[in-house]
Amino acid sequence: MTRQDAAFQPPPRRALSSRQILGLAVLLVIACALPFVLGNYRIFQITLALAYAIALLGLNMLTGYNGQISLGHGAFFAIGAYTAAVLMDKANFPYWATIPIAGIVCLVAGFLFGLPALRLEGLYLALATFALGVAMPQILKHKSLEHWTGGAMGVVIIKPDAPAGIPLSQDQWLYFFTLFWVVVLFFAGWNLLRGRVGRALVAIRDQPIAAQAMGVNTAMYKSLTFGVSALYTGIAGALSAIAVQFASPDSFSVFLSLTLLIGVVIGGLASISGAFYGAIFIQFIPNLADQISKAAPWAIYGVFLIAFMYLMPSGVAGLVQIIRRRLSTVRAQPRDVPAVSLKGKEAR
Amino acid sequence: MDLLIHQVLSGLATGGIYASVALALVMIYQATHLVNFAQGEIAMFATYICWTMLNAGVPYWPAFFLTIVIAFVGGLLIERVIIRPVENSPVLSVVIVFIGLLVIFNSVAGWIYSYTIKPFPSPFPAEPLFGNTYVTSHELGSMAVTLVVLGLVFAFFRFTPLGLAMRAAAQNPASSRLVGVRVGWMLALGWGLAAAIGAVAGMMVAPIVFLEPNMFGGILLYAFAGALLGGIDSPGGAVIGGFLVGVIENVVGVYLGTELKLTVALIIIIGVLVLRPSGLFGKVHVARV
Amino acid sequence: MSAPLLQVRGLHAQYGPTRVLHGIDFEVKQGGITTILGANGAGKTTTLRAMCGMVRTEGQIMLAGERIDGKATEEVVRRGVAHVPDGRGTFMHLTVEENLRMGAYTRKDKEQVQADYERMYTYFPRLRERRRQQAGTLSGGEQQMLAVSRALMLRPRLLLLDEPSFGLAPRIVQEIFRIFREINQTEGTSMLLVEQNASLALQLADEAYLLETGRVVISGSAESIRNDEAVRRSYLGY
Repeated sequence: MTRQDAAFQPPPRRALSSRQILGLAVLLVIACALPFVLGNYRIFQITLALAYAIALLGLNMLTGYNGQISLGHGAFFAIGAYTAAVLMDKANFPYWATIPIAGIVCLVAGFLFGLPALRLEGLYLALATFALGVAMPQILKHKSLEHWTGGAMGVVIIKPDAPAGIPLSQDQWLYFFTLFWVVVLFFAGWNLLRGRVGRALVAIRDQPIAAQAMGVNTAMYKSLTFGVSALYTGIAGALSAIAVQFASPDSFSVFLSLTLLIGVVIGGLASISGAFYGAIFIQFIPNLADQISKAAPWAIYGVFLIAFMYLMPSGVAGLVQIIRRRLSTVRAQPRDVPAVSLKGKEAR
Repeated sequence: MDLLIHQVLSGLATGGIYASVALALVMIYQATHLVNFAQGEIAMFATYICWTMLNAGVPYWPAFFLTIVIAFVGGLLIERVIIRPVENSPVLSVVIVFIGLLVIFNSVAGWIYSYTIKPFPSPFPAEPLFGNTYVTSHELGSMAVTLVVLGLVFAFFRFTPLGLAMRAAAQNPASSRLVGVRVGWMLALGWGLAAAIGAVAGMMVAPIVFLEPNMFGGILLYAFAGALLGGIDSPGGAVIGGFLVGVIENVVGVYLGTELKLTVALIIIIGVLVLRPSGLFGKVHVARV
Repeated sequence: MSAPLLQVRGLHAQYGPTRVLHGIDFEVKQGGITTILGANGAGKTTTLRAMCGMVRTEGQIMLAGERIDGKATEEVVRRGVAHVPDGRGTFMHLTVEENLRMGAYTRKDKEQVQADYERMYTYFPRLRERRRQQAGTLSGGEQQMLAVSRALMLRPRLLLLDEPSFGLAPRIVQEIFRIFREINQTEGTSMLLVEQNASLALQLADEAYLLETGRVVISGSAESIRNDEAVRRSYLGY
């Protein structure tokens, strides 16, 4: 195979260097300052982007680190969204309680889907998940679920207010709420992926048979990864539904699944920071495309996609890695294989 | 009973369309191990080009053949210009490029031709052959055309040196280079052929489903189902699979109603993948440890 | 003495960041057989791959006075270089006949090609028996015969052979090497032979080079190396 399928090696990381911790702290401060600097609509957009980032991290775990391609993650986004919406609308759950529940529901759903998916590889798994992604809107609209899901009309929910005493607008509060989950989930994800689990996932991706021979329970890992990946995406769906204030079947078409995959690849496979780059892309580039051409905005979007893949086939995170390497090290000469010292007769 | 016969025959007609698109998908899959998600949109765009010519007064059959040539050249150029730079990129990056192509073609078609549905003429007479009640002349004609096209493609691959070279390049590019085959051009030819086949499918199906930018969405899904059912690495299997899916879709539609037709495609896809991923005629892959 | 058919000067080759050949020189005379010997990992296969543009190289590779370094594989092949790779590279899903047809892909002389099919079947009667069988169903020895035949269908000026004896029964190996000698003598086909089986190679070849971790450590006529007991003992193991 000429393609570098195994090119995405997550850089081996132990603890963060003090410089990196400082950088993250600065980012966090900026993130907290944003709602007071930008208008409500922008904050709303960024909240959605943050939710996407969580979803992308989830999908990245499955596809980037573990090599299981999913073209149907929109389905889990939908399940999470509907779980939150239905609980809030029909069972009067407070919005903050729906998040963990949405996560658990999707964890189970993902795990259950992951079990039969064990038998499928590469293209076949992609097609099976694609079918799932296409089917989801139809299932959501189905008559038997209409009482809960509201059929084609969907479910409308009321935007939560900030808790009493805190002088924030609804959008600002939701932003911080989402940011909280971003921090929690990314920290958990980072911990998971930099240790044994992460290495096991990558081993399963690159050399499944060798991994198994070394005692890694491949089947369990793969199904669990599906589950955890669905958990993340489901929470993202729930957060996004609350921000948008409704959930309807047509918002979760197969195009959402494709968008999530696009986000992961553009951001960078097997990369945690990639989730953020990708989220920014999928949230804001369509708007940009729309501004460039009202007549054929998706054509411009398509051009962006192709251009990104020409320029950075390993995603933005991959490009960042390359730039970092170039800046920090002297350009490496091809390493010579050390020669054995020669005894006896010389050539010519 | 009458209804059933009608649905089966009509299913064979649409099945021919699915078989053609399935063949195009399998051709590219064999050469690249990638499924070309943009196949449907390219076919749709070619059909619009034919429509433009017809509107300009070009008679049907010259427009038909000219469209095939244009689609062939177009497919070839797409491979050489757009796909080639990412030939050695990771699989998922190439998938994104396909999605980009899909979106571009769909959007540009909508922009140039608008999203309103347009009728597309059929070259076959409106009256059914011999006044039968089972199948329209267009359905018969469409079946005949797709069978001729499929037959020509098979003959090409089986009996011509170029066809053999393309098969060899798809199976084993490294060894093909060692006998002097310009593998890059074989790939481009494959894309050209796939686009041409898709164009024929488009021109045959447009009179039935009408011409609009999203016309190929469902068809692509059925073609996937057909290719999977027959075996994604077996061109013959893909063709048979396509015909089967056409018939199954129609027959099921009789008994379960037409809103569930799309679900049928999905069930076929999932069923094949779970029960027998290599399809009816594909090779079962044994992984050597 | 006529100019060499193949002349290599200062050849470096690398896979990614790892350099495998460190500036080697060798040549193959017109109508001659040169062998490159060495242990596993010495760089023998890489050398053959370099001839066909299959690895990144620096240095000069001249075929009949024309530089072919940097050219694409298929372009080198079209100049009359046939490569029988390690692993044989047969088209597994094509029939034996189709494999041979692919060998003749670049040739225009139809009648000669037909005559050549016959020639191959005469050299290797087993292939005639299995003409319409899928190549993947052939035994190891038969696949090697097929690989060699396919390369010969090109009517190459230069034949590159990568460990043709690998994994074959001694009887078949003798047969194949006998055919190499015959082809060299009747057709004048020049050959560059890479082998681990040094004694076999030295019996066939005129010139020999010994590679060790990417450098030429010994070179000379095959006969002189064959007769030099000290070299044989310390480098070739027999």
